[in-house]
Amino acid sequence: MITIKNLHASIGDKEILRGINLEVKAGEVHAIMGPNGSGKSTLSSVLAGREDYDVTEGEVTFNGKNLLDLPAEDRAREGLFLAFQYPVEIPGVSNINFLRTALNEIRAYHGQEEMPAKDFLALVKEKSKLVELDSKLASRSVNEGFSGGEKKRNEIFQMAMLNPKLAILDETDSGLDIDALRIVATGVNKLKSKDNATIVITHYQRLLDYIVPDFVHILYKGRIVKSGGKELALEMEAKGYDEIKAQFDSLES
Amino acid sequence: MVVDNKSAVTQTLLDQLQIKSSKVAFMPDAEIISAIRYLEDKGIPNNKHEDYKYCNIEAVLRKEFKSVEQAFNELTNADIAPLKIDEAINLVVVNGVYSEELSEKMIVKGLTVNSLNELSSSEKVLLCSQAKSDTDALIALNTAFTGNGLFLQVDKNNIIPMPLHVIYVNSGNANIVTNTRSFINIQANAEVTLIESFYNIGSAKVFSNFVSEKFVGENAKLTCHTFQNEGALSYSVNTNQVRINKYSNYTNNTFTLSGELVRNNHNVVLADSNCEAHLNGLFISNGTQSVDNHTLIDHQMPHCESNELYKGIAKDKSVGTFNGKIFVRKDAQKTNAYQSSKNILMSDDATINTKPQLEIYADDVKCSHGTSTGKIDTEALFYLKARGIGEESARKLLLQAFAQELIDKIETPSLQERVLHLFEKAL
Ligand SMILES: Nc1ncnc2c1ncn2[C@@H]1O[C@H](COP(=O)(O)OP(=O)(O)O)[C@@H](O)[C@H]1O
Ligand SMILES: [Mg+2]
Repeated sequence: MITIKNLHASIGDKEILRGINLEVKAGEVHAIMGPNGSGKSTLSSVLAGREDYDVTEGEVTFNGKNLLDLPAEDRAREGLFLAFQYPVEIPGVSNINFLRTALNEIRAYHGQEEMPAKDFLALVKEKSKLVELDSKLASRSVNEGFSGGEKKRNEIFQMAMLNPKLAILDETDSGLDIDALRIVATGVNKLKSKDNATIVITHYQRLLDYIVPDFVHILYKGRIVKSGGKELALEMEAKGYDEIKAQFDSLES
Repeated sequence: MVVDNKSAVTQTLLDQLQIKSSKVAFMPDAEIISAIRYLEDKGIPNNKHEDYKYCNIEAVLRKEFKSVEQAFNELTNADIAPLKIDEAINLVVVNGVYSEELSEKMIVKGLTVNSLNELSSSEKVLLCSQAKSDTDALIALNTAFTGNGLFLQVDKNNIIPMPLHVIYVNSGNANIVTNTRSFINIQANAEVTLIESFYNIGSAKVFSNFVSEKFVGENAKLTCHTFQNEGALSYSVNTNQVRINKYSNYTNNTFTLSGELVRNNHNVVLADSNCEAHLNGLFISNGTQSVDNHTLIDHQMPHCESNELYKGIAKDKSVGTFNGKIFVRKDAQKTNAYQSSKNILMSDDATINTKPQLEIYADDVKCSHGTSTGKIDTEALFYLKARGIGEESARKLLLQAFAQELIDKIETPSLQERVLHLFEKAL
């Protein structure tokens, strides 16, 4: 699915990612944890194609293609999806119109015809049910005036509509109460298959009770400093990041 | 005698127009004489004039209209047909002259449509009462050389069931200067929607100097849409002098889609209590175009409201200007006046100038103004692209979203389609 080799990225002269190596195969769920500021959002932004960052070293292969050569829109069309940590409000652009445009541009990229309006609306209905998104939100402007929880659910709704191969969920759990968390996690689990993969970025182990990872990675200061199975998440929850911080801070100095 | 450059340009224009224009019956000699005197004294404004800082009319005349040929084209129904709006009664003014022949004839109760020469004596007293020659050189120029334009009246207590569409079209074979005038009188308790479209047909350069006096009577409602699509050979100044009365409601939505230079002066006097004025505008400019919206809202009496929303998208090397003046006079207590100007710069070479000017002499008023100018929202752009939407369509989605609230104000479907189509084409 995706292979990341020695990925370095900086903004200005500040290096944020300092040699990331990660391989995610179809059917797998990977969790990335780590303290604030360690580079989790940067990694997801760089993979999604945000242009503010300079990739200075390394390569990323996504289903056989050189991901870093593609503009953001083509990455999405190839099946990469980023659920934003901070979804953007876009006044004046309706959720529906936005999704129809996205879906049809992805289809066009694959040489498929536009989806008939009737099928599209049926799909909207089905997928909004999946994340229990109020159908009124679909006709409102993208994320405008949505509560924090609605924004996160809207991200998963979009993911369900676009049916990506690799979904990166950047702190989709933050700001959710336990009910919303369960709804979001159930949605994600229902979309899981042997042909797609998920990277779950989170602060807390709590989401991982619902979305059970095959692998857990700890990101610290732009590097994956520790990997393991799902028990690693429990361990981090219990012990906190201090030990890891101390260990790697002393290595650096 | 030594003449400076300023008076030379004005004098050349005056000389050429004096040879080539014929006098209209409706305009009193005294008005014409004082208009010419004002022009000779002040000259056509250039960028040293406070109100024309970003709109150098004198330079346009010097460069583009050295010789004024006044080689007017005759137009036929075939020329006008594509400009019409199906849902409306279409009225036509060609090169400043009302054309009864090209206008649609329909008998509607309470509606008078005629040329200005037929202005009834009761209305004649209002002529030039709002558009005063000694306030602006372009008004003076129009007054001195006006053609036999449009007189439109809705008698009191009449609601006109369909929109009226005035097509102001200019057409020449070589450089022309037109001074189009209209006089719109909406009497008490009357109601009408008026669409005013501006076109230039043909291959000649046009300097179009339009003046409209509009009167909205007590408890009357006038909803205007101004549609400007005059093309790259046009330079136009459009002055609306509006006076609205007690309990009345005046709205103007101006859509500027083309024109090398477009200057709009929209001046509204809220002359009595409890009336409201809504001025909105949208422009998209490209190339070396310049679009300059000047508004003046004059609150004279208490309990009135005004709202302004002007939006612009400036591409390439184009220049957009918004200058909004609000007066709240001493007696205009309990005034609500809001003004907002929002602009998007699509290139590093494009320019936006904005200047709100509030002069408040009453103490119990609510006034606010805001302006913003920026580039397209890159966060939103990335969000759209991250969902598979290409750069081009992502930009278009965002710009359409920006403009939508203004385009939504048009209630006549085929006009809305026309605006939307041209807007999308210009993106
Ligand atoms: N646009 C930016 N400009 C400057 N610094 C940034 C920018 N984005 C992220 N950073 C810095 O990079 C580091 C990693 O940030 P981020 O990827 O958001 O971390 P995380 O998601 O793990 O909390 C932080 O020190 C943050 O301040
Ligand atoms: Mg983050």
